[in-house]
Amino acid sequence: MKILAEHNPNRRNFLKGSAALVGGLVIGFYLPVKGGRAFAADAAPAQVFPPNAFIRIAADDTITVVVNKSEMGQGVYTSLPMLIAEELEADWSKIRVESAPVGAVYNHTGFGMQITGGSSSVSSSWEQLRRVGASARVLLVRAAAQEWGVPESACRAENGQVIHVASGKSLSYGKLADAAGKLPLPENVTLKDAKDFKLIGQPVKRIDTPEKVNGSAQFGLDVYLPGMLTVLIARSPVFGGKVKSFNADEARKVPGVQGVYQVPTGIAVAANGFWPAKTAREMLKIEWDEGAGAALSTPKMRADYLEMAKKPGAVARKDGDPAGALKKVHKSVSAEYEVPYLAHAMMEPLNVVVDLKPDHCGIWTGTQAQTMDHASAAKVAGLKPEQVEIHTTYLGGGFGRRANPMSDFVIEAVQTAKVIGKPIKVVWTREDDMRGGYYRPMWADRIEAGIGKDGKPIAWQHTIVGQSIVTGTPFEGFLVKDGIDQTSIEGAATIPYAIPNLQVDIHSPKNQVPVQWWRSVGHSHTAFIVETMMDELAHMAGQDPVQYRLALLEKAPRHAGVLKLAAEKAGWGKKLPAGHAFGVAVHESFHSYVAEVAEVSLEDGKVRVHKVTCAVDCGMVVNPDGVRQQVESAVVYGLSAALQGAITLENGRVVQSNFHDYTALRLSRMPQVEVHIVQSDAPPTGIGEPGTPPIAPAVANAVFALTGKRLRRMPFDTETLA
Amino acid sequence: MISLTINGKAAEVDADPNTPLLWVLRDHLHLTGTKYGCGMAQCGACTVHLDGQAIRSCVTPVSAVSGKQVTTIEGLAEQALGKTVQQAWQEVDVPQCGYCQSGQIMAATALLQQNPKPDDAQITAAMEGNLCRCGTYNRIRAAIHKAAELQGEAK
Repeated sequence: MKILAEHNPNRRNFLKGSAALVGGLVIGFYLPVKGGRAFAADAAPAQVFPPNAFIRIAADDTITVVVNKSEMGQGVYTSLPMLIAEELEADWSKIRVESAPVGAVYNHTGFGMQITGGSSSVSSSWEQLRRVGASARVLLVRAAAQEWGVPESACRAENGQVIHVASGKSLSYGKLADAAGKLPLPENVTLKDAKDFKLIGQPVKRIDTPEKVNGSAQFGLDVYLPGMLTVLIARSPVFGGKVKSFNADEARKVPGVQGVYQVPTGIAVAANGFWPAKTAREMLKIEWDEGAGAALSTPKMRADYLEMAKKPGAVARKDGDPAGALKKVHKSVSAEYEVPYLAHAMMEPLNVVVDLKPDHCGIWTGTQAQTMDHASAAKVAGLKPEQVEIHTTYLGGGFGRRANPMSDFVIEAVQTAKVIGKPIKVVWTREDDMRGGYYRPMWADRIEAGIGKDGKPIAWQHTIVGQSIVTGTPFEGFLVKDGIDQTSIEGAATIPYAIPNLQVDIHSPKNQVPVQWWRSVGHSHTAFIVETMMDELAHMAGQDPVQYRLALLEKAPRHAGVLKLAAEKAGWGKKLPAGHAFGVAVHESFHSYVAEVAEVSLEDGKVRVHKVTCAVDCGMVVNPDGVRQQVESAVVYGLSAALQGAITLENGRVVQSNFHDYTALRLSRMPQVEVHIVQSDAPPTGIGEPGTPPIAPAVANAVFALTGKRLRRMPFDTETLA
Repeated sequence: MISLTINGKAAEVDADPNTPLLWVLRDHLHLTGTKYGCGMAQCGACTVHLDGQAIRSCVTPVSAVSGKQVTTIEGLAEQALGKTVQQAWQEVDVPQCGYCQSGQIMAATALLQQNPKPDDAQITAAMEGNLCRCGTYNRIRAAIHKAAELQGEAK
């Protein structure tokens, strides 16, 4: 039996060494970007891993691109190398990818830390990585010109080679890399005009597909170190609870168990593998001090939130006199909305491998937030930043959960490694992951709105109730302004429609449930509420929902552009089969604009979505197939939540535990998804998340068109239809 | 010791007979292409073949597979059909995060083994148990049709 080679803990060192051995060109830049948000810059460690490089060109012509963003399915291992390859004039077939270690050179150009989120990987790398590629090309051309004794202007770079135009002689990048690596970096480089792009804008197959179809792609859970123990932790069933006492006598008797330990987050069972650890964990007898969290139950929380929504909160935006205008409207409506907590439920549950030694800490995990995790790990381990290494594996889904502002899963793993004193892999079972908190917050909203005699909205009063995801985290100083968490109101305070009297305000209650960003963050709830209410106003005015919106979007041409395109491609207004109806929604998030038209019917009293026609404007497109993949994915993620997703609490305990009771969309309910991309010369903007917000309102609006029933609560499967 | 045949090769493992095959593959044999997703046959990420049939290795005790042929994603390319399915997956560029895809490919291959040209309803029935949180479902369906087509051409 062939046993697969164990993960080599010295892989990074090996690569460093191999780079030195083959010589060649190593280029690293730190390009501060003007106007970028630079929060938590103090947390950025010093450059701990020389050489900090984005590309290495080896003698065999292989080009290794070191990607500083985490690959969680969104395609950065393809789109980011494309930026470099375009300017480098590289032979795409020679590109290899490696995940970046932790270092300031790899910081997000806008966020000032190494992090993958905010649908910003391409936009934040757009200029930086093209400059990296262009600089390398300049050096390679310079090296060739020197070798041949000709002017640089007589040479050109093409498909991985430098060619002397007059003589036709050529040298491959691999042959030039050593000489080029000895030249000083150029001060200035000129980037290509978009019309000259050869790779950017073309559909390119994903670099990571081959290893993801043969089982060799390495996720965090796939890392095995010599002598490593698998650790499962029994955590409090109630958020904020602590161990009062425990008895591990029976657990310790399970064959394969190596020890049971009290750790800060609970009781840790260490064993030779997952199965003995899980078997033993079930035998633990633990008494918990549950604390105040035990009082939390969803029905009570919903009632409290709805009560709070009756009074205005902290004002996030106020135009005109909404209270006065509401008294003078021709027709008005008031509505309450509720959306639940949502788990991210990535296919790969959380896990962390830690190899903690007196002078070094190696961490292998699929993280979206290397800088914060690195700083937290060093602090817990009592080591200097340069003694801590994070190896970012592939992420089996992220959706925000793996960018935890408190570094929850990494800190716990390092704390546990300190107690156990051996290399460990902390594995979260599906149940641990589902009940581990850091959910998308639950929200209750109330809107009162009114239209004039011409049907146009003249008053809009929107009150939002829900926990802040950033208060108490390192992001608070940057994302909470005047007491208002900007992520709570995004998409609501930024409503694009022309409404003269408008107020958006917010209550941010606190409780023990840990909350966090979730694909599209605040937009995941605000788009549902704003876009279903706009639909309601259109119907109240007796107008077509597309035309009604367009008339209010004169100053929002990109919203209008995608709305028109989606309506046209879907055949808005055409006769549909009996029992089918269309619904539409348009929303901007992460600087991208998406409109979706959903065609729905009812099957056994449940919503059946047949087709979703999407139009997206995300500026210039790097990889059109990548954009299509992300929009398809974002629609499914949003539709899963809209139809089925809900985390609820009873006496402080999370009711759901696994995919049988926190259900997600399966193949039988999958709609056709058609993606149309607006041609644009604008710089690229986000695409991982913006497809998610419009789907819930598009479906809810279609259900109204079909049944006359307004869906104001998610998930829709719990509503009585038919 | 339990004797197993994995991807055509004999292996001996020292494990509690109740240990799910999944954890023997992963923790004992380091065949990590087979994934843990739920531990209760809800997501299909752990799908392997047992004598050619798709099974959920997370709920199959290792004692139940002794004397039978186990095929995992690592051994799939040794079969012509398995290789074709992997090729179709590449042509359609199915995976995103990729974590569920070993299980999807194993389930799809078992389907095509029994039904070389499945229609949409048959694909839905066979693949309903395999979750994908990235939502690659339409590409999975397209890749299964593609594999059927490629396999038809090869014959």
